[in-house]
Amino acid sequence: MEITLWHLLDSLLAILLLGLAWSALSGTDLKRGVVLFMAFGLLLSLIWARLRAPDLALAEAAIGAGLSGALLLLALRDREKSENKAGQPMSLLRLATVLLMLLLAASFALAYVTAVTSNTGGRLAGLAFGNLEQSGVSNPVTAVLLNFRAYDTLLELAVLLAATLGILALGSERRPFRRPGVLLGALVTWISPLLVIVAGYLLWTGAHAPGGAFQAGALLAAAIVMLRLGGMTSEQLPHQLLQGWLLAGGIAAFMLAGYLATFHDLAFLQYPAGWAGLLILLIESAAMLSIALSLGLAYLGGSPSGWDERSSRGKRS
Amino acid sequence: MTELLGSLFILASLAFFAAGSIGLLRLPDVHARLHALTKADNLGLGLLVAGACLIGGHLLLALKLLLVWLLVMFASAIAANLIARHAMKDGEES
Amino acid sequence: MIDMDTLLLTAAVLLLVTLITGLVRALIGPSLQDRMLSIQLLGTGGVALLILLGLLLKIEALVDTALVLALLAAVAAAALTRRETPHD
Repeated sequence: MEITLWHLLDSLLAILLLGLAWSALSGTDLKRGVVLFMAFGLLLSLIWARLRAPDLALAEAAIGAGLSGALLLLALRDREKSENKAGQPMSLLRLATVLLMLLLAASFALAYVTAVTSNTGGRLAGLAFGNLEQSGVSNPVTAVLLNFRAYDTLLELAVLLAATLGILALGSERRPFRRPGVLLGALVTWISPLLVIVAGYLLWTGAHAPGGAFQAGALLAAAIVMLRLGGMTSEQLPHQLLQGWLLAGGIAAFMLAGYLATFHDLAFLQYPAGWAGLLILLIESAAMLSIALSLGLAYLGGSPSGWDERSSRGKRS
Repeated sequence: MTELLGSLFILASLAFFAAGSIGLLRLPDVHARLHALTKADNLGLGLLVAGACLIGGHLLLALKLLLVWLLVMFASAIAANLIARHAMKDGEES
Repeated sequence: MIDMDTLLLTAAVLLLVTLITGLVRALIGPSLQDRMLSIQLLGTGGVALLILLGLLLKIEALVDTALVLALLAAVAAAALTRRETPHD
Protein backbone atom coordinates (compact mmCIF):
# COMPACT_ATOMS: atom_id res chain seq x y z
CA MET A 1 0.00 0.00 0.00
CA GLU A 2 1.63 3.21 -1.08
CA ILE A 3 2.07 6.04 1.39
CA THR A 4 0.19 9.06 0.16
CA LEU A 5 -0.15 12.57 1.51
CA TRP A 6 -3.57 11.58 2.85
CA HIS A 7 -1.87 9.11 5.16
CA LEU A 8 0.41 11.87 6.37
CA LEU A 9 -2.54 14.16 7.03
CA ASP A 10 -4.44 11.44 8.86
CA SER A 11 -1.44 10.42 10.96
CA LEU A 12 -0.84 14.02 12.01
CA LEU A 13 -4.48 14.45 12.95
CA ALA A 14 -4.43 11.21 14.94
CA ILE A 15 -1.24 12.14 16.79
CA LEU A 16 -2.62 15.58 17.59
CA LEU A 17 -5.87 14.08 18.82
CA LEU A 18 -4.11 11.65 21.13
CA GLY A 19 -1.74 14.36 22.32
CA LEU A 20 -4.55 16.77 23.17
CA ALA A 21 -6.57 14.05 24.86
CA TRP A 22 -3.61 12.98 26.97
CA SER A 23 -2.67 16.49 28.00
CA ALA A 24 -6.27 17.37 28.82
CA LEU A 25 -6.52 14.45 31.20
CA SER A 26 -3.06 14.50 32.69
CA GLY A 27 -1.95 17.11 35.14
CA THR A 28 -3.85 18.29 38.15
CA ASP A 29 -5.11 21.75 37.22
CA LEU A 30 -8.75 21.32 36.28
CA LYS A 31 -9.14 24.61 34.45
CA ARG A 32 -6.21 23.76 32.22
CA GLY A 33 -7.84 20.40 31.57
CA VAL A 34 -11.12 22.05 30.54
CA VAL A 35 -9.40 24.44 28.15
CA LEU A 36 -7.55 21.60 26.48
CA PHE A 37 -10.77 19.60 26.37
CA MET A 38 -12.39 22.43 24.42
CA ALA A 39 -9.45 22.43 22.02
CA PHE A 40 -9.91 18.67 21.71
CA GLY A 41 -13.53 19.27 20.72
CA LEU A 42 -12.49 21.71 18.02
CA LEU A 43 -9.98 19.22 16.66
CA LEU A 44 -12.56 16.46 16.68
CA SER A 45 -14.79 18.62 14.53
CA LEU A 46 -11.93 18.98 12.04
CA ILE A 47 -11.50 15.22 12.01
CA TRP A 48 -15.16 14.62 11.26
CA ALA A 49 -14.79 17.02 8.36
CA ARG A 50 -11.80 15.08 7.09
CA LEU A 51 -13.84 11.88 7.32
CA ARG A 52 -16.41 13.41 4.98
CA ALA A 53 -19.04 13.77 7.69
CA PRO A 54 -20.05 17.44 7.64
CA ASP A 55 -23.22 16.84 9.67
CA LEU A 56 -21.12 15.40 12.47
CA ALA A 57 -18.56 18.17 12.11
CA LEU A 58 -21.31 20.77 12.55
CA ALA A 59 -22.72 19.03 15.60
CA GLU A 60 -19.31 18.48 17.17
CA ALA A 61 -18.27 22.09 16.69
CA ALA A 62 -21.42 23.31 18.38
CA ILE A 63 -21.73 20.78 21.18
CA GLY A 64 -18.24 19.48 21.83
CA ALA A 65 -16.32 22.70 21.59
CA GLY A 66 -18.76 25.32 22.77
CA LEU A 67 -21.49 23.89 24.97
CA SER A 68 -19.61 21.16 26.83
CA GLY A 69 -16.73 23.50 27.54
CA ALA A 70 -19.04 26.22 28.80
CA LEU A 71 -20.82 23.74 31.08
CA LEU A 72 -17.54 22.46 32.51
CA LEU A 73 -16.32 26.00 33.13
CA LEU A 74 -19.53 26.75 34.94
CA ALA A 75 -18.94 23.77 37.20
CA LEU A 76 -15.53 25.18 38.10
CA ARG A 77 -16.85 28.68 38.52
CA ASP A 78 -17.58 29.07 42.18
CA ARG A 79 -14.80 26.96 43.55
CA GLU A 80 -11.67 28.42 45.07
CA LYS A 81 -8.61 28.31 42.88
CA SER A 82 -6.97 25.88 45.26
CA GLU A 83 -9.91 23.48 44.98
CA ASN A 84 -9.54 23.09 41.24
CA LYS A 85 -7.05 20.29 41.51
CA ALA A 86 -7.89 16.85 40.22
CA GLY A 87 -7.79 14.10 42.79
CA GLN A 88 -5.25 11.31 42.43
CA PRO A 89 -6.82 7.86 42.50
CA MET A 90 -4.59 5.08 43.79
CA SER A 91 -2.16 3.52 41.38
CA LEU A 92 -3.89 0.13 41.19
CA LEU A 93 -7.11 1.78 40.07
CA ARG A 94 -5.21 3.82 37.54
CA LEU A 95 -3.52 0.73 36.15
CA ALA A 96 -6.85 -1.09 35.90
CA THR A 97 -8.40 1.88 34.09
CA VAL A 98 -5.58 2.05 31.58
CA LEU A 99 -5.83 -1.67 30.87
CA LEU A 100 -9.61 -1.44 30.46
CA MET A 101 -9.27 1.48 28.04
CA LEU A 102 -6.69 -0.40 25.99
CA LEU A 103 -9.00 -3.42 25.87
CA LEU A 104 -11.92 -1.24 24.72
CA ALA A 105 -9.79 0.44 22.07
CA ALA A 106 -8.60 -2.94 20.78
CA SER A 107 -12.19 -4.22 20.63
CA PHE A 108 -13.33 -1.16 18.69
CA ALA A 109 -10.45 -1.49 16.29
CA LEU A 110 -11.17 -5.18 15.75
CA ALA A 111 -14.87 -4.53 15.18
CA TYR A 112 -14.14 -1.73 12.74
CA VAL A 113 -11.61 -3.73 10.72
CA THR A 114 -13.95 -6.73 10.58
CA ALA A 115 -16.86 -4.59 9.45
CA VAL A 116 -14.90 -2.89 6.73
CA THR A 117 -12.99 -5.85 5.30
CA SER A 118 -15.53 -8.65 5.38
CA ASN A 119 -18.48 -8.84 2.97
CA THR A 120 -21.42 -9.30 5.28
CA GLY A 121 -24.36 -8.42 3.11
CA GLY A 122 -25.58 -5.05 1.98
CA ARG A 123 -24.63 -1.86 3.74
CA LEU A 124 -27.45 0.13 5.28
CA ALA A 125 -26.24 3.16 3.37
CA GLY A 126 -27.28 1.45 0.16
CA LEU A 127 -30.81 0.99 1.48
CA ALA A 128 -30.97 4.61 2.60
CA PHE A 129 -29.76 5.99 -0.72
CA GLY A 130 -32.08 3.66 -2.59
CA ASN A 131 -35.19 5.01 -0.88
CA LEU A 132 -34.08 8.60 -0.73
CA GLU A 133 -36.60 10.02 -3.20
CA GLN A 134 -39.57 8.84 -1.17
CA SER A 135 -38.21 10.24 2.05
CA GLY A 136 -39.20 13.82 1.34
CA VAL A 137 -35.70 15.24 1.77
CA SER A 138 -32.52 14.88 -0.23
CA ASN A 139 -29.98 14.89 2.58
CA PRO A 140 -29.52 11.20 3.46
CA VAL A 141 -28.61 11.93 7.08
CA THR A 142 -31.83 13.87 7.62
CA ALA A 143 -33.78 11.17 5.82
CA VAL A 144 -32.44 8.51 8.16
CA LEU A 145 -32.92 10.61 11.31
CA LEU A 146 -36.34 12.02 10.58
CA ASN A 147 -37.92 9.40 8.38
CA PHE A 148 -36.41 5.92 8.19
CA ARG A 149 -35.37 5.86 11.86
CA ALA A 150 -37.75 8.50 13.13
CA TYR A 151 -38.74 6.35 16.07
CA ASP A 152 -35.17 6.42 17.38
CA THR A 153 -35.09 10.19 17.13
CA LEU A 154 -38.37 10.43 18.99
CA LEU A 155 -36.92 8.36 21.80
CA GLU A 156 -33.75 10.48 21.84
CA LEU A 157 -35.88 13.58 22.32
CA ALA A 158 -37.64 11.82 25.18
CA VAL A 159 -34.28 11.05 26.79
CA LEU A 160 -33.30 14.69 26.44
CA LEU A 161 -36.57 15.79 28.05
CA ALA A 162 -36.03 13.37 30.92
CA ALA A 163 -32.56 14.79 31.50
CA THR A 164 -33.95 18.32 31.46
CA LEU A 165 -36.62 17.40 33.99
CA GLY A 166 -33.88 16.00 36.18
CA ILE A 167 -31.92 19.24 35.94
CA LEU A 168 -35.01 21.30 36.71
CA ALA A 169 -35.70 19.13 39.75
CA LEU A 170 -32.19 19.68 41.10
CA GLY A 171 -33.06 23.08 42.43
CA SER A 172 -32.81 26.67 41.49
CA GLU A 173 -30.58 27.99 38.74
CA ARG A 174 -27.05 29.13 39.31
CA ARG A 175 -26.62 32.81 39.98
CA PRO A 176 -26.40 34.88 36.81
CA PHE A 177 -23.39 36.85 35.70
CA ARG A 178 -23.09 40.53 36.37
CA ARG A 179 -23.20 43.24 33.73
CA PRO A 180 -20.53 42.68 31.10
CA GLY A 181 -17.88 45.17 30.11
CA VAL A 182 -17.95 47.01 26.82
CA LEU A 183 -15.97 44.43 24.86
CA LEU A 184 -17.83 41.36 25.99
CA GLY A 185 -21.08 43.24 25.55
CA ALA A 186 -20.18 44.02 21.95
CA LEU A 187 -19.25 40.40 21.31
CA VAL A 188 -22.52 39.16 22.76
CA THR A 189 -24.53 41.79 20.88
CA TRP A 190 -23.16 40.69 17.54
CA ILE A 191 -22.63 36.97 17.98
CA SER A 192 -26.00 36.04 19.51
CA PRO A 193 -28.13 37.23 16.57
CA LEU A 194 -25.66 35.62 14.16
CA LEU A 195 -26.03 32.33 16.02
CA VAL A 196 -29.82 32.54 15.72
CA ILE A 197 -29.65 33.33 12.01
CA VAL A 198 -27.19 30.52 11.28
CA ALA A 199 -29.37 28.16 13.32
CA GLY A 200 -32.36 29.01 11.15
CA TYR A 201 -30.20 28.60 8.05
CA LEU A 202 -29.00 25.16 9.16
CA LEU A 203 -32.56 24.08 9.92
CA TRP A 204 -33.63 25.07 6.43
CA THR A 205 -30.73 23.57 4.53
CA GLY A 206 -30.89 20.38 6.59
CA ALA A 207 -33.34 19.05 4.05
CA HIS A 208 -30.89 19.06 1.17
CA ALA A 209 -27.44 19.75 2.64
CA PRO A 210 -25.67 18.98 5.92
CA GLY A 211 -27.53 20.54 8.79
CA GLY A 212 -30.74 19.77 10.59
CA ALA A 213 -32.56 20.10 13.87
CA PHE A 214 -29.79 18.96 16.22
CA GLN A 215 -27.14 21.27 14.86
CA ALA A 216 -29.58 24.17 14.73
CA GLY A 217 -30.76 23.47 18.28
CA ALA A 218 -27.20 23.35 19.54
CA LEU A 219 -26.46 26.71 17.92
CA LEU A 220 -29.54 28.26 19.52
CA ALA A 221 -28.38 26.86 22.85
CA ALA A 222 -25.00 28.48 22.23
CA ALA A 223 -26.88 31.75 21.74
CA ILE A 224 -28.52 31.24 25.14
CA VAL A 225 -25.08 30.56 26.65
CA MET A 226 -23.74 33.71 25.03
CA LEU A 227 -26.62 35.82 26.33
CA ARG A 228 -26.15 34.32 29.76
CA LEU A 229 -22.48 35.24 29.71
CA GLY A 230 -23.62 38.72 28.77
CA GLY A 231 -25.59 38.98 31.96
CA MET A 232 -29.03 37.75 30.95
CA THR A 233 -31.22 36.85 33.90
CA SER A 234 -34.04 34.36 33.83
CA GLU A 235 -36.65 37.11 33.89
CA GLN A 236 -35.71 37.68 30.28
CA LEU A 237 -36.52 34.12 29.31
CA PRO A 238 -39.98 33.31 27.97
CA HIS A 239 -42.83 32.75 30.40
CA GLN A 240 -42.72 29.49 32.34
CA LEU A 241 -45.75 28.04 30.58
CA LEU A 242 -44.32 28.81 27.17
CA GLN A 243 -41.04 27.22 28.18
CA GLY A 244 -42.88 24.07 29.16
CA TRP A 245 -44.58 23.95 25.79
CA LEU A 246 -41.31 24.54 23.96
CA LEU A 247 -39.59 21.77 25.88
CA ALA A 248 -42.30 19.26 25.07
CA GLY A 249 -42.90 20.62 21.57
CA GLY A 250 -40.46 18.37 19.74
CA ILE A 251 -41.96 15.20 21.13
CA ALA A 252 -45.46 16.58 20.65
CA ALA A 253 -44.81 17.31 16.98
CA PHE A 254 -43.46 13.83 16.47
CA MET A 255 -46.44 12.22 18.17
CA LEU A 256 -48.88 14.36 16.21
CA ALA A 257 -47.26 13.43 12.94
CA GLY A 258 -47.14 9.81 13.99
CA TYR A 259 -50.82 9.64 14.90
CA LEU A 260 -51.77 11.65 11.82
CA ALA A 261 -50.45 8.71 9.84
CA THR A 262 -52.60 6.20 11.72
CA PHE A 263 -55.74 8.12 10.74
CA HIS A 264 -54.90 7.30 7.14
CA ASP A 265 -54.55 3.58 7.79
CA LEU A 266 -50.76 3.77 7.88
CA ALA A 267 -48.41 2.68 10.62
CA PHE A 268 -47.35 5.05 13.39
CA LEU A 269 -44.83 7.56 11.98
CA GLN A 270 -45.31 6.30 8.44
CA TYR A 271 -45.69 9.66 6.78
CA PRO A 272 -48.40 9.87 4.10
CA ALA A 273 -47.06 10.06 0.57
CA GLY A 274 -46.24 13.59 -0.53
CA TRP A 275 -46.46 14.95 3.02
CA ALA A 276 -43.10 13.72 4.22
CA GLY A 277 -41.10 16.82 3.36
CA LEU A 278 -43.48 19.24 5.07
CA LEU A 279 -43.93 17.03 8.12
CA ILE A 280 -40.18 16.64 8.51
CA LEU A 281 -39.72 20.40 8.38
CA LEU A 282 -42.39 21.00 11.03
CA ILE A 283 -41.04 18.28 13.29
CA GLU A 284 -37.50 19.59 12.91
CA SER A 285 -38.56 23.12 13.78
CA ALA A 286 -40.26 22.00 16.97
CA ALA A 287 -37.37 19.69 17.83
CA MET A 288 -34.86 22.50 17.31
CA LEU A 289 -36.63 24.68 19.86
CA SER A 290 -36.91 21.81 22.35
CA ILE A 291 -33.25 20.93 22.05
CA ALA A 292 -32.20 24.56 22.33
CA LEU A 293 -34.23 25.18 25.46
CA SER A 294 -33.14 21.89 27.04
CA LEU A 295 -29.47 22.67 26.57
CA GLY A 296 -30.04 26.28 27.61
CA LEU A 297 -31.72 25.24 30.85
CA ALA A 298 -28.85 22.82 31.45
CA TYR A 299 -26.52 25.80 31.23
CA LEU A 300 -28.69 27.75 33.63
CA GLY A 301 -28.21 24.85 36.00
CA GLY A 302 -31.67 24.44 37.45
CA SER A 303 -35.15 25.82 37.30
CA PRO A 304 -35.18 29.53 36.50
CA SER A 305 -35.74 31.70 39.52
CA GLY A 306 -39.09 33.01 38.39
CA TRP A 307 -40.73 29.61 38.44
CA ASP A 308 -43.27 28.26 40.92
CA GLU A 309 -42.09 27.92 44.49
CA ARG A 310 -42.66 24.20 44.58
CA SER A 311 -40.29 23.67 41.69
CA SER A 312 -37.36 25.43 43.28
CA ARG A 313 -36.10 23.60 46.30
CA GLY A 314 -33.01 24.82 48.00
CA LYS A 315 -31.45 27.92 46.51
CA ARG A 316 -27.88 27.59 45.36
CA SER A 317 -25.52 30.25 46.58
CA MET B 1 -4.97 31.45 -14.64
CA THR B 2 -7.30 32.08 -11.73
CA GLU B 3 -6.24 28.73 -10.33
CA LEU B 4 -2.60 29.77 -10.44
CA LEU B 5 -3.38 33.02 -8.69
CA GLY B 6 -5.47 31.18 -6.11
CA SER B 7 -2.63 28.77 -5.44
CA LEU B 8 -0.23 31.66 -4.91
CA PHE B 9 -2.60 33.20 -2.40
CA ILE B 10 -2.84 29.92 -0.53
CA LEU B 11 0.92 29.50 -0.40
CA ALA B 12 1.27 33.04 0.90
CA SER B 13 -1.31 32.34 3.58
CA LEU B 14 0.70 29.33 4.73
CA ALA B 15 3.69 31.61 5.24
CA PHE B 16 1.67 33.85 7.51
CA PHE B 17 0.28 30.96 9.51
CA ALA B 18 3.82 29.72 9.97
CA ALA B 19 4.88 33.16 11.12
CA GLY B 20 2.06 33.15 13.64
CA SER B 21 3.08 29.79 15.07
CA ILE B 22 6.75 30.73 15.25
CA GLY B 23 5.82 33.90 17.09
CA LEU B 24 3.67 31.83 19.40
CA LEU B 25 6.66 29.69 20.32
CA ARG B 26 9.39 32.27 20.56
CA LEU B 27 7.83 35.41 21.96
CA PRO B 28 8.36 36.03 25.65
CA ASP B 29 4.96 36.41 27.24
CA VAL B 30 1.29 35.89 26.56
CA HIS B 31 0.58 39.47 25.49
CA ALA B 32 3.23 39.32 22.79
CA ARG B 33 2.02 35.90 21.70
CA LEU B 34 -1.47 37.30 21.27
CA HIS B 35 -0.12 39.81 18.76
CA ALA B 36 1.53 37.08 16.74
CA LEU B 37 -1.46 34.80 16.86
CA THR B 38 -4.23 37.23 16.10
CA LYS B 39 -2.59 39.40 13.47
CA ALA B 40 -0.58 36.86 11.50
CA ASP B 41 -3.22 34.12 11.55
CA ASN B 42 -6.05 36.44 10.54
CA LEU B 43 -4.05 37.79 7.63
CA GLY B 44 -3.19 34.23 6.65
CA LEU B 45 -6.88 33.36 6.78
CA GLY B 46 -7.71 36.36 4.62
CA LEU B 47 -5.23 35.30 1.98
CA LEU B 48 -6.58 31.76 2.14
CA VAL B 49 -10.12 33.04 1.67
CA ALA B 50 -8.97 35.06 -1.34
CA GLY B 51 -7.35 32.00 -2.84
CA ALA B 52 -10.37 29.83 -2.09
CA CYS B 53 -12.70 32.36 -3.73
CA LEU B 54 -10.62 32.17 -6.90
CA ILE B 55 -10.42 28.39 -6.90
CA GLY B 56 -13.95 27.69 -5.72
CA GLY B 57 -15.66 29.50 -8.53
CA HIS B 58 -19.14 30.65 -7.73
CA LEU B 59 -20.42 33.78 -6.08
CA LEU B 60 -22.37 32.31 -3.17
CA LEU B 61 -19.31 30.42 -2.00
CA ALA B 62 -17.19 33.58 -2.20
CA LEU B 63 -19.75 35.53 -0.17
CA LYS B 64 -19.88 32.83 2.49
CA LEU B 65 -16.09 32.73 2.69
CA LEU B 66 -15.96 36.50 3.03
CA LEU B 67 -18.50 36.36 5.84
CA VAL B 68 -16.44 33.73 7.62
CA TRP B 69 -13.29 35.83 7.39
CA LEU B 70 -15.00 39.00 8.64
CA LEU B 71 -16.55 37.06 11.49
CA VAL B 72 -13.21 35.51 12.49
CA MET B 73 -11.54 38.92 12.44
CA PHE B 74 -14.24 40.50 14.56
CA ALA B 75 -14.40 37.66 17.07
CA SER B 76 -10.64 37.18 17.40
CA ALA B 77 -10.03 40.91 17.85
CA ILE B 78 -12.38 40.97 20.81
CA ALA B 79 -11.23 37.58 22.09
CA ALA B 80 -7.58 38.65 22.01
CA ASN B 81 -8.41 41.73 24.03
CA LEU B 82 -10.45 39.70 26.51
CA ILE B 83 -7.64 37.17 26.96
CA ALA B 84 -5.10 39.96 27.42
CA ARG B 85 -7.21 41.59 30.12
CA HIS B 86 -7.71 38.24 31.77
CA ALA B 87 -3.94 37.80 31.85
CA MET B 88 -3.46 41.29 33.17
CA LYS B 89 -5.88 40.76 36.01
CA ASP B 90 -4.19 37.49 36.84
CA GLY B 91 -0.91 39.33 36.99
CA GLU B 92 -2.35 41.94 39.35
CA GLU B 93 -3.85 39.39 41.66
CA SER B 94 -0.80 37.19 41.97
CA MET C 1 1.45 22.18 -13.88
CA ILE C 2 0.98 20.61 -10.49
CA ASP C 3 -2.54 19.36 -10.16
CA MET C 4 -4.78 21.36 -7.85
CA ASP C 5 -5.66 18.51 -5.53
CA THR C 6 -2.04 17.75 -4.69
CA LEU C 7 -1.38 21.41 -4.05
CA LEU C 8 -4.38 21.72 -1.72
CA LEU C 9 -3.45 18.53 0.09
CA THR C 10 0.13 19.70 0.57
CA ALA C 11 -1.17 23.02 1.86
CA ALA C 12 -3.44 21.20 4.30
CA VAL C 13 -0.59 19.06 5.61
CA LEU C 14 1.68 22.09 6.01
CA LEU C 15 -1.08 24.00 7.77
CA LEU C 16 -1.61 21.10 10.15
CA VAL C 17 2.12 20.98 10.93
CA THR C 18 1.97 24.70 11.66
CA LEU C 19 -0.97 24.20 13.99
CA ILE C 20 0.78 21.39 15.83
CA THR C 21 3.87 23.50 16.42
CA GLY C 22 1.69 26.32 17.68
CA LEU C 23 -0.17 23.96 19.99
CA VAL C 24 3.11 23.05 21.68
CA ARG C 25 2.86 26.45 23.30
CA ALA C 26 -0.58 25.55 24.55
CA LEU C 27 0.81 22.48 26.24
CA ILE C 28 3.93 23.93 27.83
CA GLY C 29 2.89 27.56 28.23
CA PRO C 30 3.12 28.46 31.86
CA SER C 31 0.00 30.54 32.30
CA LEU C 32 -3.67 29.69 31.83
CA GLN C 33 -3.95 32.28 29.09
CA ASP C 34 -1.37 30.42 27.05
CA ARG C 35 -3.76 27.50 27.06
CA MET C 36 -6.55 29.80 25.92
CA LEU C 37 -4.38 30.68 22.94
CA SER C 38 -4.84 27.10 21.81
CA ILE C 39 -8.55 27.73 21.35
CA GLN C 40 -7.78 30.83 19.29
CA LEU C 41 -5.21 28.98 17.24
CA LEU C 42 -7.44 26.02 16.57
CA GLY C 43 -10.32 28.37 15.88
CA THR C 44 -8.61 30.40 13.18
CA GLY C 45 -6.43 27.56 11.93
CA GLY C 46 -9.36 25.18 12.05
CA VAL C 47 -11.43 27.50 9.88
CA ALA C 48 -8.53 27.62 7.42
CA LEU C 49 -8.18 23.85 7.43
CA LEU C 50 -11.92 23.38 6.95
CA ILE C 51 -11.87 25.68 3.92
CA LEU C 52 -8.98 23.74 2.45
CA LEU C 53 -10.70 20.44 3.12
CA GLY C 54 -13.88 21.80 1.59
CA LEU C 55 -12.06 22.62 -1.62
CA LEU C 56 -10.19 19.34 -1.55
CA LEU C 57 -13.07 16.97 -0.81
CA LYS C 58 -15.49 19.10 -2.84
CA ILE C 59 -17.86 19.31 0.10
CA GLU C 60 -19.25 22.81 0.14
CA ALA C 61 -20.95 22.25 3.49
CA LEU C 62 -17.52 22.48 5.11
CA VAL C 63 -17.67 26.23 4.58
CA ASP C 64 -20.86 26.22 6.69
CA THR C 65 -18.92 24.20 9.24
CA ALA C 66 -16.17 26.84 9.16
CA LEU C 67 -18.80 29.49 9.90
CA VAL C 68 -20.12 27.50 12.85
CA LEU C 69 -16.58 26.90 14.12
CA ALA C 70 -15.80 30.62 14.00
CA LEU C 71 -18.97 31.43 15.95
CA LEU C 72 -18.34 28.77 18.56
CA ALA C 73 -14.72 29.86 19.02
CA ALA C 74 -16.14 33.27 19.93
CA VAL C 75 -18.49 31.67 22.46
CA ALA C 76 -15.59 29.67 23.91
CA ALA C 77 -13.45 32.79 24.28
CA ALA C 78 -16.30 34.60 26.03
CA ALA C 79 -16.88 31.69 28.40
CA LEU C 80 -13.20 31.35 29.23
CA THR C 81 -12.52 34.97 30.00
CA ARG C 82 -15.67 35.79 31.90
CA ARG C 83 -14.97 36.93 35.40
CA GLU C 84 -17.49 37.78 38.04
CA THR C 85 -17.07 41.50 38.11
CA PRO C 86 -17.07 43.62 34.99
CA HIS C 87 -13.59 44.81 34.28
CA ASP C 88 -14.09 47.32 31.52
